[in-house]
Amino acid sequence: MVGPRVVVIGAGPAGTRCAETLVAAGVRPTLIDENRRDGGQIYRRQPDNFRRSYGTLYGTEAGRAEAQHRAFDALLGHIDYFPDSLVWNISERSVCVLRESSLTEFPFDALVLCTGATDRLMPIKGWNLAGTYSLGGAQVALKAQACAIGRQVAFIGTGPLLYLVAAQYLKAGAGVAAVLDTSPWSLRLAALPKLLAVPRALLNGVALTLALRRAGVPMESGVEPLEIGGSPDGGVAGLSFKDAGGETRSVACDAVAMGYHLRPETQLADLARCEFHFDEATRQWLPRIDSQGRSSVAGVYLAGDGVRILGANAAEVSGRLAAMALLQDLGQPVDTAALAEQRRILSRLERFAQGLRQSFPWPAQLAARLPDDAVVCRCEAITAGELRHIVARTGAVEANRVKAFGRVGMGRCQGRYCANAAAEIVAHAANVPLEQVGRLRGQAPVKPLPMGAEADAP
Amino acid sequence: MKAVASDVLVVGGGIVGSSATFFLRQRGRSVTLLERGMVGQQASGVNFGNIRRQGRPLEHLALSNRASATWRRMNELVGEDVEHIAEGHIRVCYRDRPEILDDFVSYAREARIRGLDLEVVSGTALRQRFPFFGPEVLGGSYSPLDGHANPRLAAPALARAARRNGATVVENCEILHVEKNGDDFCVTSSDGRTFRAPALLVTAGAWSSRFATQFGEPVPLASHGPTMCVTEPVPYSIHCAVGVVSPVKEEDLYFRQIPRGNIIIGGGLRNPSYPDVCRAYVMPRNTLNQFRQIRRLAPELKRLHIIRVWTGVEGYLPDSQPIIGPSRTTSGLYYAFGFSGAGFQIGPGAGDVMAELIATGQTTTPIDVFDINRSAISTTS
Amino acid sequence: MNGRFVRLSETERPQVNLHIDGKLVQGLLGDTLMVAVLAAGGHLRDSEFGDGRRAGFCLMGACQDCWVWTADGERLRACTTPLQEGMDISTRQPEATWSDHG
Repeated sequence: MVGPRVVVIGAGPAGTRCAETLVAAGVRPTLIDENRRDGGQIYRRQPDNFRRSYGTLYGTEAGRAEAQHRAFDALLGHIDYFPDSLVWNISERSVCVLRESSLTEFPFDALVLCTGATDRLMPIKGWNLAGTYSLGGAQVALKAQACAIGRQVAFIGTGPLLYLVAAQYLKAGAGVAAVLDTSPWSLRLAALPKLLAVPRALLNGVALTLALRRAGVPMESGVEPLEIGGSPDGGVAGLSFKDAGGETRSVACDAVAMGYHLRPETQLADLARCEFHFDEATRQWLPRIDSQGRSSVAGVYLAGDGVRILGANAAEVSGRLAAMALLQDLGQPVDTAALAEQRRILSRLERFAQGLRQSFPWPAQLAARLPDDAVVCRCEAITAGELRHIVARTGAVEANRVKAFGRVGMGRCQGRYCANAAAEIVAHAANVPLEQVGRLRGQAPVKPLPMGAEADAP
Repeated sequence: MKAVASDVLVVGGGIVGSSATFFLRQRGRSVTLLERGMVGQQASGVNFGNIRRQGRPLEHLALSNRASATWRRMNELVGEDVEHIAEGHIRVCYRDRPEILDDFVSYAREARIRGLDLEVVSGTALRQRFPFFGPEVLGGSYSPLDGHANPRLAAPALARAARRNGATVVENCEILHVEKNGDDFCVTSSDGRTFRAPALLVTAGAWSSRFATQFGEPVPLASHGPTMCVTEPVPYSIHCAVGVVSPVKEEDLYFRQIPRGNIIIGGGLRNPSYPDVCRAYVMPRNTLNQFRQIRRLAPELKRLHIIRVWTGVEGYLPDSQPIIGPSRTTSGLYYAFGFSGAGFQIGPGAGDVMAELIATGQTTTPIDVFDINRSAISTTS
Repeated sequence: MNGRFVRLSETERPQVNLHIDGKLVQGLLGDTLMVAVLAAGGHLRDSEFGDGRRAGFCLMGACQDCWVWTADGERLRACTTPLQEGMDISTRQPEATWSDHG
């Protein structure tokens, strides 16, 4: 008997729990993931011949990580799993996939996008120097390759990941030069009521901070990044910043790990023609979903950090909720008590996430203060000054128009790392609300596609 | 609210409309350009960017040559860099269509008479000068003064220059209603503004037929979306624009490399477009076809990755030629649209000649072949 | 070895040979190409636009900063490509080369 064709994209926590819920209901989903192994980012698995324990790799989340991996392994006989496979486009109810050099299409009746997130970046002058990495990148180096990105790493930005990665580096014996948070410490106090929604997570965060302090790592909050110094050939040599008191300080380092929380990977939702709305709280455009993850397109569901940044635990819950919504929409019965329970858990996690956002806000105000010679678009090496000049000379304000004239966002990464900051710079330069700048229109392929790729024989 | 009055109203801010506006100002006429979205956002902004005279029907070459003269001075005219590169254009045929090489020779003979010098190249000379061509390429016709430019920049730059010279350019202006009252055309926009002029030029691309229909001369205008993609930046080595001539639609690919290194690819099959919502969508199989064609045309390029695909809405007429000229029903009304995927190079020429026609009553470049009444596009059987 | 990346542990893995700019270098089985190159040296490539050397950024296949040229003109995304014996990488921007198609 041929059931509905269900495709799940992403084998991280959201995709895993979504597939698990579908399989339990008798569906055999197709699960497509870009990586070699399941786990997504936070539960990224090390190569087969590595020996480190779960405790070493995942710290306080070791139990969850192991549970995730086991849950995924248990699915293997019950799903059609395609790792190492890039979904590069979505077209007319089928997903377009690149595997090795072959191109295939998987038609679907229902689609669940669990595409995860990447770091959200605010440029710092000099961030285009060799030796600058995202916090996520610094973490992958350690978690998946047992490497540090340098001998003395300076960590700068904001968000829980800032402290987590720095503490992980410390524990692994890497050189941690400094941990510099743009958010003032007082914000965390004010956010305490929300952070108490998940006490364990709050305690873990405090423990990380204490571990860094006990080790004598220089830590500052309320900083303003000034410049990553170094040379075009040699890369990073140091980092300067203004401390909370307004003093200019510097840190010697040969690597910088930077990031400001996360941003969802929404390209496939865009190509699936989901509607987006402007989220004032996080100052970004997000796909619209209902409380269970239904998008504005019938048959397309969104779950995990790929639609809202709520963290890995929430991703598991939203993966289950999306699966339940899908099953309901197929006319299958769903355990309403379980559904209600998942929604309750999600509410609590949403509250915690609000607390994180309040504690570690996206530093929108830094965009206007970027010097003209700071590179904004790393792919195309476009500076803040060039971007401001486009606005002044052409009057362009809308994101795609600015891109057409100034090339920001036209590079290989399609604006993943520059679009947020570029929009803030444009809004400030044009003196318009951020929402008016709009968002970059999604264009396939979501990642570079080789012209040597050939269609699979039908 | 009082109507904005000018000598000429131009409806549609693509390359043709913005050129016409620019040249009308140069001729001292007051002009108002009305654009529903942003200038140059539609076909004029998404096309391949070919600045190509060769390959056009011979009767188009006079206008194309005129446009070419404008392109040579474009940066100076608009005071900005539109990234025009005039380092040649070569169009080739494959070994399985040797007769096309003969066509290149006879076309070159006819083109020379009309002021376009071409060189037919094959064999060792082809391999030496264009080493990127694959083994199945037989030969080509090379136009040394043709080239390419950046379509995203050109029309907006023309409109900005026109505005600096005193033209009124109104963006985000959707036209609700047009009528002729006495000597004047009166246009009302959806936000309640009105505009008046004794001359109205319709340069609204794929959206022009509504006006032609209203004034009693309906035209069979269709729309399609081109298939476009671009590679990552790679070492700059191909300076001329490149195209394929083939009777097989899938095969008529073209590409050009810009100094930054990206290679822009167009051609092959077209995509469905939806003018009502100003959208078109690239069908994945059309992108895959371009990969197949590139592997045949320039095999080493298959190692490269594309980083973006796009399309837009282009207006087509059944004989693939534009309508350029006066209305045959209504005095003071003029048209320049329907460039059928080949409007970028010739667009400034069309704008220039329409400015001349509107300002002086005649044109030094013949445009009869583009007449709205021509039998090839007559909607009456 | 004057590399950018520092190996903290998991160093008891079989060696894998590769060439970087013509020089023979060893990585370890299980390395990504990126780690192998950056454990031995300081960069992966030149920026196309003159702002210096690049050494990757996100390590998760998102930023597309770590695309490298092989010696025979192929493209590899270093952070998602497992190191294989015999890889031959050029960290400098090559000239375009064409085979003889005559």
